[in-house]
Amino acid sequence: MSDMDMDDDGSGIVKKFMFLNRKAPHGTVYALEGLEVVLITAAFDQDVSLVFTDDGVYQLMKGMDTKGIEVKDFSKTYRALEGYDIEKLYVDKTSMDARGLTEDDLIVDVTVLSDEEMKNLMAEQDVVISF
Amino acid sequence: MLHIVNKSATERSTLDSCLRLATKGSAVLLIEDAVYAATKGSAAAAKIQAAQADLKIYALGPDLAARGMAGRVLDGVNVVDYGGFVDLVAEHSNCQSWL
Repeated sequence: MSDMDMDDDGSGIVKKFMFLNRKAPHGTVYALEGLEVVLITAAFDQDVSLVFTDDGVYQLMKGMDTKGIEVKDFSKTYRALEGYDIEKLYVDKTSMDARGLTEDDLIVDVTVLSDEEMKNLMAEQDVVISF
Repeated sequence: MLHIVNKSATERSTLDSCLRLATKGSAVLLIEDAVYAATKGSAAAAKIQAAQADLKIYALGPDLAARGMAGRVLDGVNVVDYGGFVDLVAEHSNCQSWL
């Protein structure tokens, strides 16, 4: 199928997708499941923004060692997102400050947003999917 | 009594309820996502530090390590492994899990 055909049937439309991660890793399955969905979405060439706010910022902590609780350490997968053309990762300063975290504590490069910037980013999305 | 808290203090109110209702001399064990409360710079750090006057605070080491938090534990919080968890349960006549 050519690109032209894809446009004709509507599948070539690019929407702005935001994945909003608000849960800490490991304690619930939300963080891991959210990451799986993001990886699936990468196959559809959409405009994806990945946001970590509230306890979600804990998902990006460096130095996780999950051997003791016998679960998969999926934090390294965040570093592979670049290879799937998912390069827009955001955290908000309010959530980071409330947890005593800085960018240096995180396993990937992120853009730190103010509340004002975060609310504008959310408002401009076509689709927001929350985990 | 041994109180066990397993939810993040920035998502649920179980830690607040536990600290409000635990009698002096009780032990509080933080496990799973509750361990974040016992880390430096967390929003709950001041509450934990204040509670240390009356309560013994413990945090489960494997849960801290899994979350990249092993090096950020508040002073005075006792880190225990699974064996220590068992000891705490055995040492106390009763326990309360704050779900």
